[in-house]
Amino acid sequence: MFNKKDLDRIRADNKKWQQAFKESVSKTPERLKRFSTVSDRPIRNLYTPLDTGDLDYSKDVGFPGQYPFTRGVQPTMYRGKLWTMRMFAGLGSARDTNKRFHLLVKEGQTGLSTAFDMPTVMGYDTDSARSRGECGRCGVAIDSLKDMEILFEDLPIDRITASMTINPPAPVLWAMYIAMAENRGISRSAIGGTIQNDMLKEFIAQKTLMCPPRPSMRLIVDTIEFGTKEVPRWNPISISGYHIREAGSTAVQELAFTLADGIAYVEAALERGLDVDSFAPRLSFFFNSHLDFFEEVAKFRAARRMWGRIMKERFKARDPRSMWLRFHTQTAGCSLTAQQPYNNIIRTALEALAAVLGGTQSLHTNALDEVLALPTEEAATIALRTQHIIAEESGVANTIDPLGGSFFVERLTNDMEEEAFEYIRKIDDMGGMVAAIERNYPQKEIADSAYRYQKQIDNGDKTVVGVNKYMAEEMLPIETLQVEAKLEEKQIQWTNQVKNSRNNRKVRDALEKLADAAQGDDNLMHYIIDAVKEYATLQEICDVFRDVFGVYRDPGVY
Amino acid sequence: MNQKRKIRILVAKPGLDGHDRGARIIARAYRDAGFEVVYSGLHQTPEQIVQAAIQEDVDMIGLSSLAGAHMYLFTRVAELLHENGVDDIVICGGGIIPEEDIPKLKKVGIKEIFTPGSTLDDIVKWVKKNVKPRGVSY
Repeated sequence: MFNKKDLDRIRADNKKWQQAFKESVSKTPERLKRFSTVSDRPIRNLYTPLDTGDLDYSKDVGFPGQYPFTRGVQPTMYRGKLWTMRMFAGLGSARDTNKRFHLLVKEGQTGLSTAFDMPTVMGYDTDSARSRGECGRCGVAIDSLKDMEILFEDLPIDRITASMTINPPAPVLWAMYIAMAENRGISRSAIGGTIQNDMLKEFIAQKTLMCPPRPSMRLIVDTIEFGTKEVPRWNPISISGYHIREAGSTAVQELAFTLADGIAYVEAALERGLDVDSFAPRLSFFFNSHLDFFEEVAKFRAARRMWGRIMKERFKARDPRSMWLRFHTQTAGCSLTAQQPYNNIIRTALEALAAVLGGTQSLHTNALDEVLALPTEEAATIALRTQHIIAEESGVANTIDPLGGSFFVERLTNDMEEEAFEYIRKIDDMGGMVAAIERNYPQKEIADSAYRYQKQIDNGDKTVVGVNKYMAEEMLPIETLQVEAKLEEKQIQWTNQVKNSRNNRKVRDALEKLADAAQGDDNLMHYIIDAVKEYATLQEICDVFRDVFGVYRDPGVY
Repeated sequence: MNQKRKIRILVAKPGLDGHDRGARIIARAYRDAGFEVVYSGLHQTPEQIVQAAIQEDVDMIGLSSLAGAHMYLFTRVAELLHENGVDDIVICGGGIIPEEDIPKLKKVGIKEIFTPGSTLDDIVKWVKKNVKPRGVSY
């Protein structure tokens, strides 16, 4: 962005300055032996125009809403509309979570986001032997359409979008949502929302597992195809780096593996015969915002530019919306500490600020007590207010991409893009992400990073306030949310009641039709919707998948 | 005198919880500390864990849970070991375990609970102090 003459002068001045710096630190040494990010990226003392010398503003940075979208996907960004404040919530029964949703909407939340309990995310009903002790513990229990109806009761689902963090059983929960809306007289073309539905990162990181990778890809393409044709306002997938990062990856690994997953989904949809511009605008993304402020901002900027380039150059998309990397962000759960839990408010605020300066479309801020239990109402409200303060008091949303042009941030953006593309090349050479996962490649890379980071904390190379530095003698007790003890029993009774009041012959028919279709090539979404409308349970449907497609077992790489 | 055998540990993930970052880091730290490690992989029922512990003849089971079902799952592992007549396998646990649950878990036979912030070094030291190879006399 500078001409050669300017750069030559800056180079000479920089040399002198570095010499002076060296002399200073020979008298008073630097504070640390090595300065590095939370991902262990070395950071230099100063960044100058020399670091961005080969950056072409029009080609590499550009304007918001214009290719390659480094500065934002929309032309107006937060001048037009703030990001969606979408707090992830789910606890106990559908009734309990419905109550929490109403509270969040009343407090100013602008989108809903559902956390399901472990049996639900794994495709089991509460009465399964495998579900013992887990009902409602870390999210809401959904066994049948009845629960889905209660979950969204009296919420304005024609005006507010709903996101569901659900993966192997995503087609089933989505079918329940569509059926619930239609039963309320709202057509499927009018509803908006997101299902996570990203199985590749499940194999890599989050590990809610059901069928092996290849049939999982088929189910995902079914949802993409169905959504494109019938539910045009829905994001049928949220390609997620969040869990990759939580599993211990570096920022670059999060970036690379997420986009490599995205490439795999695009390729699979193209193989189905879909036109790239028919489905790509509805692909959405989900990233982590960790503690290392500038590294995170650069990661978000790099992600946008990379996806723009991938879609245009690799997949020949023509519609600019196909090149938009629209993303949700969640602050890093793994950065929170059980020690001195009130410090988590500050960590979350910094991470949320990085997400906003990185241009996120939607944001969840973790509550201070989430390292201990599901958040209390008070803790969840403080987390939401953190977003309100960033949005409306701090002034950071007044201009678009305020860190664009920073020598440091632009250099980091470039470096991270380059390193992430290097990973993507490696994965391409292996035959793509599905093949790489089958070789446990990303799993091993992440395990190595996670172990290295833990060692750095243990030996004090990385500071975690309250854990390895500034420890307090006494733990301040904080009040945590308790899940009702009788919940499991009640939920089992309730689902039995549903099973007894439905037409069981029709349920059997619907499940048989689904099983037949699963063995062929038909899109399964219609069959699933038919089954949930007869109140077939989540597990009854998922058992069909497990029977037909087989069950995936985690290889346990460490 | 018996040859001193290495401590054998089963690191296990009971229930449907998929958060395995901690379990895998611990498994690696145990291995680096010279223990023999068996990692169960994910989504194990208490029955599968106890069966594996007996078959693999381990000296300790390390259970990891981050999804809130530890009270049922950890307790069930302890009960099943006891029902199988095994009372000399040490059980410890870790993960997201609220403070108030720790005494209850200790009461049912979980010898120690490691919560977030525990260092690998401390955990390894604890194992060396509290776990001895079974059936070996010194």
